[in-house]
Amino acid sequence: MRFFGRGHGACPGCGLTIAVRNVLEALDGKCFVANSTGCLEIISSQYGKNAWGVPYIHSLFDNTAAVACGISEALKALGREDEGKVVVLAGDGATADIGLTLHGMFDRNHDVIYICLDNEAYQNTGHQQSGLTPLGEETTTTPAGKKMLGKTGRKKDMIAIALAHGSPYVATSSAVLPADIRRKVKRAADLYGAKYIQIHCPCVTGWGIDGKDVVKVGNLAIETALYPIVEFENGQLRTVRKIKDRKPVEEYLKLQRRFRHLFADPRGKEVIAEIQKIADYNAEKYGLDIKKE
Amino acid sequence: MMRVVRGFYSVAHAVKLCKPNVICAYPITPQTEIVVNLAEMYANGELQNCRYITAESEFAAASILLGASATGARTFTATCSQGLILMSEVLYNAAGLRLPIVIVNTNRAVSAPLSIWNDLQDSMALRDAGIIQLYVENNQEAHDVIPQAYKIAEDERILLPFMVCMDGFKLTHAYEPVDLLDQELVDSFLPPYKPKAYMTTKRSLAFGCYAPPHIYMEFRVAMQNAMERAKTIMENVFREWAEISGRDWGGHLEVVNPDAKAFVVAVGSVVGLLRKVVEDLQKEGLKVGLIKLRTFRPFPTEELRKALSEAEKIIVIDRSVSLGYEGNLSIELKSALYGMSAEIVSMIIGLGGRDIPKDFLEKLVRDALAGKEKSGFKGVKEFEEVIP
Repeated sequence: MRFFGRGHGACPGCGLTIAVRNVLEALDGKCFVANSTGCLEIISSQYGKNAWGVPYIHSLFDNTAAVACGISEALKALGREDEGKVVVLAGDGATADIGLTLHGMFDRNHDVIYICLDNEAYQNTGHQQSGLTPLGEETTTTPAGKKMLGKTGRKKDMIAIALAHGSPYVATSSAVLPADIRRKVKRAADLYGAKYIQIHCPCVTGWGIDGKDVVKVGNLAIETALYPIVEFENGQLRTVRKIKDRKPVEEYLKLQRRFRHLFADPRGKEVIAEIQKIADYNAEKYGLDIKKE
Repeated sequence: MMRVVRGFYSVAHAVKLCKPNVICAYPITPQTEIVVNLAEMYANGELQNCRYITAESEFAAASILLGASATGARTFTATCSQGLILMSEVLYNAAGLRLPIVIVNTNRAVSAPLSIWNDLQDSMALRDAGIIQLYVENNQEAHDVIPQAYKIAEDERILLPFMVCMDGFKLTHAYEPVDLLDQELVDSFLPPYKPKAYMTTKRSLAFGCYAPPHIYMEFRVAMQNAMERAKTIMENVFREWAEISGRDWGGHLEVVNPDAKAFVVAVGSVVGLLRKVVEDLQKEGLKVGLIKLRTFRPFPTEELRKALSEAEKIIVIDRSVSLGYEGNLSIELKSALYGMSAEIVSMIIGLGGRDIPKDFLEKLVRDALAGKEKSGFKGVKEFEEVIP
C-alpha cells in the first residue's frame, strides 16, 4: 500500500488495483505515472483524496502515451533520468481505440513502459464495447437482441500491433498472476524503449461476476487460451505460460453475465464455437498446450 | 544585430535564446519553417539541454509538451489553423493544469473550404481556453515577444499557456529587417524555468486530479484570477523589456492620435497598414485615431474604456467572424464598452488570405466615418472584380 491504494474507490475485487499495485511495487515506486481517463483515474485521483504515492498525472483520455513521452524527454533534457521510469497506465479503450498517440510512442521508441489494464470494455461509463472487447460479449453498445448477439468483431490484437512497431518488449499478463506482473515489469524496466504490457483485469461489475470469483475467472481466461500469457523481446517470443489441460471456453464464459446470452439463445452455440476457434488458434500460434506423451 | 530575415527565423532565433528543454514539431503551412529552423539549430548542436521531438500530430505535439511542462521543462511548439483546432482539447487541459507552454500560432483560416492563407479564425476559436493571447504587428515584435511570453507564462502568479499570434504568410514569409537579440540580453531578462510544483519522484504530487462539484468552480475562479493578475504583471514585463531592449511595443494596447473622436481598432499585421491609412486621412483633415490591440486574453477592458472614453465612432477591423453573430473583435469591444455611447462598426475583411490593399482599407474607413458603411463582410464581390 506504499505506492497506491490508500482510500481508492474501486469495487471490491477489482482487478485493476491488484495490477497497479504490483506494477508500482516492481519498480519500487521509482516511477512517473501517466494515467488516461477511465476507472483507474476515477477511483484514485479525486482532488484531496489522491491515492498515489508516486508522481502522477492525468491529462486526457486520448493522449496518455504522448504525455508519457513528454515526461520521458523532459527528464532527459533536464538530466534527471535517474529519478525513475515513466509508466503509462491506461485502460483498453484508451489504448486500443481513442489513444491515438500510442503509435507515435512506438515509432519514436521513447523510454516508456506502457501498461494496458485490459478489462475488455469501457467499464467506467458502464460497460460499452471497446476494441479489446472479445467476440460475443454483451455490452450496452453491443447488446444481445433479435438481430445482434453481442460484439461481432474480434478482440483487437494489440500485441501484434506493438510487435509490428518494433517494440523492444511486448508481453501479456493477468491480475491473477502478481508474480508474473512484477517479473515482466522489472524486465521491461531493464530494457530501453517503448515497452508494451497488456494485463488482463477482471471487472466485477462489467463482467457480472462475484468478487470471490475474480481469481477463478481470471485463471480460466488463461487456461482456455483465450488470454495467452506471452512475452516477446526484440520481436522474439521468449516465454509462454503453458497450459496443462486446456479447458473448453464454455467453462470461462458460463461464469460471466456478459456471455450469459450465448447459453440462452440457440444462435449462441455458433458464437461459442467461434470463440473456441479463437482459443484454439491462440494455443496453436503460441504453442500453449503441453503435449501429452 | 540587425539582419534581414523572414518571420520564421525571427521566431526560431528568439526561441533558441530562451533555451527551451523540449520542442515539438509537426508541419503545417505557414508555420512549418519555424520548426524547420529550430530543427537545423538542434541538428547543429545550438540547442543545449533540449530534446526536439517530431510528433505524429499537433494533438500529440501539445500532449508531449504537456507532459514535459508538468515535469519542469520549458517547452515550445508552433502551429495554426487545423493544427491549433486539433490541439484544442489538450490546450484547454494544459491551461487547467496551469502549464506555461509557449506556442506561436501563425494565424491561418480554417476549413472548409480549405485555405492555407491568413485570417484570425483559428486563434479566435481558442479564446475561452485560458490561454494568454497576444497579437503581433511585425516580425520584430514577434521576435521580441518570445522571451516576454516565457517570462509572463512562467510567473508563478500566472502559470498559463501563452500563444503568440502572428499572421501567417503576411509575417511568417515576409523578409523584414529584424534586430536580433543576443544571448546575454535574453539571459539577463529571462531566468530558467523553476516551477514550485512539478513531477518528481522526490515528492509524489498528483497532477490532473478530478474535481467534484464542491471544488471544480474554485479551480476555474483561480484561472480567472490568474488572468486578471496577468494584466498588471504583463505591463511590468512589457516595461522592463522596453528598458533593456530599447524597443517599446506599448502595453496591452497602443493608441495613435488619442484626441480623436473616431477610432479604428485592429490586431495583428493589418495595424501596420492602418498606421499609414490613418496618417493619410489625417492629412485630408479627417481626425481619426488608431488602437492597436496587443493582448486579446486577458482582455484589457479598462484600458480600452479609457482610450475610447471620448470616442463617438469606433471602426473595428475584423478578420474573423463568429458565424451566426458578427466579427469577433467587435463582439469583444461591444462587451468591453457596455454603457458607453460610441457607435461600433465591424468591418469583416481579409478572410482566407484575401488581399487587403491600402486604398480598399482607406475607402472603408473613410466611408465608415461618413456613415456610409454598416457592419458586415467587406470587399466580397466588388473586390473579386479587381483581382487581375
